[in-house]
Amino acid sequence: MHDITIQTEAFDIEAVQRELRADPAVGAVVSFIGQMRDINEGDRVSTMTLEHYPGMTEKALERIVEEARQRWDLLGVRVIHRVGPLTPLDPIVLVAVASGHRGEAFQACEFIIDYLKSRAPFWKKERTAGGDRWVDARHGDSEAEARWKR
Amino acid sequence: MIEVLYFARLREQLDCPGEGIDPAGLQSVADLIGRLRVRGGAWEEVFAGDQPVLVAVNQEMADPARALRDGDEVAFFPPVTGG
Repeated sequence: MHDITIQTEAFDIEAVQRELRADPAVGAVVSFIGQMRDINEGDRVSTMTLEHYPGMTEKALERIVEEARQRWDLLGVRVIHRVGPLTPLDPIVLVAVASGHRGEAFQACEFIIDYLKSRAPFWKKERTAGGDRWVDARHGDSEAEARWKR
Repeated sequence: MIEVLYFARLREQLDCPGEGIDPAGLQSVADLIGRLRVRGGAWEEVFAGDQPVLVAVNQEMADPARALRDGDEVAFFPPVTGG
């Protein structure tokens, strides 16, 4: 099973959880799903397009997952990130982590999504009634990443 | 040649997804930025330092002091907004 997938189509969270739970040493699976909202900066958003840097995206995510595996004793990791056109309620990203006990899975899952948000080369462009606009990076995302530094 | 790529907002501002650039006289990323900036117009706007621009060399994040070699892939893009 590959840890990392970039794809245009939706993903099956239950299938991923089933795979991660297939190992009897696994006592905990924690998963995070990011989904598209219909509002941003006070404006209704009708559609969004996600662009990425093929090649670098995979490398950056592999490095993030490798770092998580070094910090915590993990039994399985799965990251799926979508690109291309999306509409509200569409799932954008899945981070699922399996470990023996919940503490490690919770921490590793949060670590991976925090790092992904500030290091993986994805860009969102959203469509509002006022036209198309690129989404600006949020300051809170770099703060979320910074708290994992040690 | 150095393969230079532009992504997202930068690609639209520059109206250019990428290009090959002769590495002669380019020691570092900073030199490359200088060469792009003197094209003027949108290039001056993007590379003047007023808007945040990130750079990757061979698909790894880099800074302007990073040395360049023939065959390198250099990408310029805005702060990332995935997840």
